[in-house]
Amino acid sequence: MDWVNAIIQGTLLGGLYALFAAGLSLIFGVMRLVNIAHGDLIVFSAYVCLTITTSLGIHPLVALVLVVPIMAAIGYGLQRGLLNKTLGTDILPPLLITFGLSVIIQNTLLQVYTADPQKLSAGDLEIASIKVGSLAVGMLPLLTFAIAVAVIASLQYMFYKTALGRALRAVSDNQEIAQLMGLDKRHIFGIAMALALAVTAVAGVLLGIRTSFDPSVGGGRLIFGFEAVIIGGLGNIWGTLAGGVILGVAQTIGAKIDPGWQILAGHIAFLVVLAVRPNGLFPRMSA
Amino acid sequence: MSDEFVTITNLDAHYGDFQALYGVDMHIDRGEVVAVIGANGAGKSTLLRSISGLMPNGSGQIKFKDADISGLRADEIAHLGLALVPEGRQLFPSLSVEENLIIGGRLQRPGPWNLESVYALFPILAERRNSPSTALSGGQQQMVAIGRALMANPDLIMFDEISLGLAPIVIGEIYSAIPDVIGQGVSAIIVEQDISKALSISSRVYCLQEGRVALEGNSDTITREAISQAYFGV
Repeated sequence: MDWVNAIIQGTLLGGLYALFAAGLSLIFGVMRLVNIAHGDLIVFSAYVCLTITTSLGIHPLVALVLVVPIMAAIGYGLQRGLLNKTLGTDILPPLLITFGLSVIIQNTLLQVYTADPQKLSAGDLEIASIKVGSLAVGMLPLLTFAIAVAVIASLQYMFYKTALGRALRAVSDNQEIAQLMGLDKRHIFGIAMALALAVTAVAGVLLGIRTSFDPSVGGGRLIFGFEAVIIGGLGNIWGTLAGGVILGVAQTIGAKIDPGWQILAGHIAFLVVLAVRPNGLFPRMSA
Repeated sequence: MSDEFVTITNLDAHYGDFQALYGVDMHIDRGEVVAVIGANGAGKSTLLRSISGLMPNGSGQIKFKDADISGLRADEIAHLGLALVPEGRQLFPSLSVEENLIIGGRLQRPGPWNLESVYALFPILAERRNSPSTALSGGQQQMVAIGRALMANPDLIMFDEISLGLAPIVIGEIYSAIPDVIGQGVSAIIVEQDISKALSISSRVYCLQEGRVALEGNSDTITREAISQAYFGV
């Protein structure tokens, strides 16, 4: 029963990883931008939420109503003001710039919030659980997983059923020709980053409720996000959820064998997938 | 106001250190169909890329409907009613046939072209509307590329080598649709390697040679000898 429990907990944890990964996957898919600062932006969202909950005294999940638009606006501004200038035929400049951005975000957070670990307090939600047979499943992990599925389903719908999604796919396919359709790629990229950071905001708040965080934990979230994207297969958004779940299950099973193996087991699962299926388990589907 | 619809003055174009166009002068009148011919590398595609804004231009080099469009981005120029059927079709592979057409019409300029009229022009596309654009034959893809440009209801439509890589019978099919396409008062620039096709469909012709205009004339009076000379520079 302990093993079943580990698998269930890992699956639910995978929902959080999928949320880390979804924003990363979206911006890579649309503009071939690898955002090294993604993990730090997740942590940054958690701090934005912390400031809002402490100053307004509201529940962190209610604060999402503010955190999501704030992060989306920051994303649009960041893309138009900085990242668009780095995009071109060379893939190196965006890597360097977002790496620099990562350093700047970490140090700014350190300056403003100090290195003390912080936590978003969600009250009873943190300890609530429901009984499934002889297992207790936490409400928060369950809610996180449900939110991840909802976010990914909405992204999928947006991409394949709306005019905005059509524009994003067109720009992703062929930037020059998309411009001939009257699409301003600078604006489309800005919207893609706004969407990515809106998802990041959700991920950051759920992370902050689940565990304590400090300015230095962004790098680890970035790795989990990357691994989920690669395991699932680039450009497949449901694959990203599967990738997150595989990573989460590998970690909890590793921890079950030996608590010190949690992170290592996740990386090993990632390496195995990369060695056996370099394009991921579910590479880009055709529409 | 002059009858000149597009005026190109002393246009240069560069790819890095390589100069592709040298002081090209050209004009297209309202409702006129102009052919641009020339050997590979003569600068035909570069000319269309310059007009559509995909290449940076110097100030005052390109006027469209009496407005200087030289400094505008491609998406701004598209809003003014200029559409390109690009060389090699360049459909959006992750969009279906119908989505490719819809995105062509996203600017919602008023005019005769919409999904129904494009499907009436190319009935096969209606049958394949939900197919991925990559699943179509070359000729069908070319129809989508033309339809996508028409959906913008452009005032000027530019065709870049629409017969390239297609079987002769398919080329005939595509070209038989062209009069319908440009019969509605739309101006057109047709870049074509197939000289007889280009001459049969246009009223005037420019021949480019190594980035310069080597010959200009009326399509029905121009002689083969003049074209050969302009084409090959012998």
